[in-house]
Amino acid sequence: MSLTAFAPVSAARRRKDRIMRGVLLTLTLVAFVPLILIVYYLLHKGLTAVTGSGFFTTDPTGSFFGNQGGVRSAILGTLEIVLIASAIAIPIGIGVALYLTEYGRDSRFADAVRYFVDVMTGVPSIVFGLFVYITLVLAGVGGAFAGWKGSIALALLMLPIVVRAAEVVLLLVPAGLREAALALGAPRWRVMLRVVLPTALPGLVTGSLLAIARGMGETAPLLFTVSVAFGATLDPTKQMNTLPVQIYNDISSPNPVLNSRAWGAALTLVAIVLILNLLARLIARGSRMS
Amino acid sequence: MIPPETDATADHQRASDMSTAEGSPAEPAQEAPNLKEMGVREGAGHGVHVKGLRAFYGDNEAVKGIDIEFPANQVTAIIGPSGCGKSTMVRCINRMHEEIPGARAAGSVTIDDLDVYGPGVDVTSVRRMVGMVFQKPNPFPTMSIFDNVAAGLKLTGTRADNLREHVHRSLRAVGLWGEVKNRLNSPGHGLSGGQQQRLCIARTVAVEPEVILMDEPCSALDPIATLRVEELIDELKARYTIVIVTHNMQQAARVADSTVFMLDGEVVEHAPTDSVFTNPRDERTERYVTGKFG
Repeated sequence: MSLTAFAPVSAARRRKDRIMRGVLLTLTLVAFVPLILIVYYLLHKGLTAVTGSGFFTTDPTGSFFGNQGGVRSAILGTLEIVLIASAIAIPIGIGVALYLTEYGRDSRFADAVRYFVDVMTGVPSIVFGLFVYITLVLAGVGGAFAGWKGSIALALLMLPIVVRAAEVVLLLVPAGLREAALALGAPRWRVMLRVVLPTALPGLVTGSLLAIARGMGETAPLLFTVSVAFGATLDPTKQMNTLPVQIYNDISSPNPVLNSRAWGAALTLVAIVLILNLLARLIARGSRMS
Repeated sequence: MIPPETDATADHQRASDMSTAEGSPAEPAQEAPNLKEMGVREGAGHGVHVKGLRAFYGDNEAVKGIDIEFPANQVTAIIGPSGCGKSTMVRCINRMHEEIPGARAAGSVTIDDLDVYGPGVDVTSVRRMVGMVFQKPNPFPTMSIFDNVAAGLKLTGTRADNLREHVHRSLRAVGLWGEVKNRLNSPGHGLSGGQQQRLCIARTVAVEPEVILMDEPCSALDPIATLRVEELIDELKARYTIVIVTHNMQQAARVADSTVFMLDGEVVEHAPTDSVFTNPRDERTERYVTGKFG
């Protein structure tokens, strides 16, 4: 029996295909609209403030009229508070992840830890702020509002992100490398320090940067712990200025000049977070394991 | 015949692998003097004695009470179908078996008269005495060729008086020196598969073990790289006691002095290699080596 010709694609199916492609493309474009609008508004409203004189070089004065100043102390304050938070969250987070991958593995305790870390990831940031507010601010540990308390609230927020990211990366380290090192007669801690951590390093840096970027934009934990200040202090035992809180404060002001400064500060914050994300991607690309 | 050290591509390296395997004139008889450099103590190795060894994964008994003698300075091949317990048995000798969660072993393994499972024995000291080469070449990706060989010493906290000399000697011992001497600082991952496996053997040799376990060391290599590793095994046995697990019966026939045939966690036959392949005592061995099953 000879073969008959293959059937041609029917007109109805061509039409269906075109419609479906159109629908999916439209949905994709719709998803892009808010993103584009956000970037547009940030640039549109923020650029004038950012390019204004003294935006990056002067501190906010706190006065309603006259010279209101720039956002220098807010940028530096954010960087300092996030730096302290990172110094707490990243070592602990990577330590927890190392415990989970190298020792705990599938034990019941490790599973419980993973579960709680997941729960913590889902806790709204304001809860961390309230927690620190009650345990450190209201309790008056070392004064009332202070920069380091904001760092602790942010560290709590960043910790589960670091743990999860680090665990995924550490699990990617081939088991064969651990075996090779153990079979040479290396003790487990040396295997971790000299083989597992260096191999996972690019991924650990990426995960940490993403956690930092996440912590950087949080407002709620800082509102309750660092409060609002217009000073120029970088002393973490005092109230400090931060970008998210300055934005919050400026945008709720009836003064349009301060509103404009809020947009400028928002643009600055987005730019910093974007740079961190780009950095994270760049490092991830250099990773030997991805 | 040695690839240029700059931009050493995989093709270059493969070419160099082949050239040395074919005995290229560029590297004439590179191996003979090296064993002397390694301080060969011919016939001074140490035998491994396995008695009543049982190994478990949870409740599953993978090795069911076996006795094997691995004579000093000989190559003993372990053959048998997948899942017969040969890798598990070998991993009990350097106590790597217990690294798997839920795995345990019972019975005795001794090297000369040192009890590997003796009370209070530090597993790291066992593993320094019993080196292991794995199926897949696994150089440390973050380390250079030099550091990979030095890793064994650095990871065990051993102070070598002359680390550089030590690394060079180990690379010579595996016949890799000529191929990598100009790029010791480039990553170990840049080598071809065969070179990587010899690098891993150099890493093992650098710790100066007494026994070397090889778990299908050639199964990820092409025939030419395999041949190169087999020649190396033949050279190394002057200094070490070697146990090699293999699926390749021709390989067992080529490199092993004696061969163990395992089936379902038990030893069916252990005899001089010639006799296992040409005149097996057990019917199951005969059926396996002639390819009638397995």
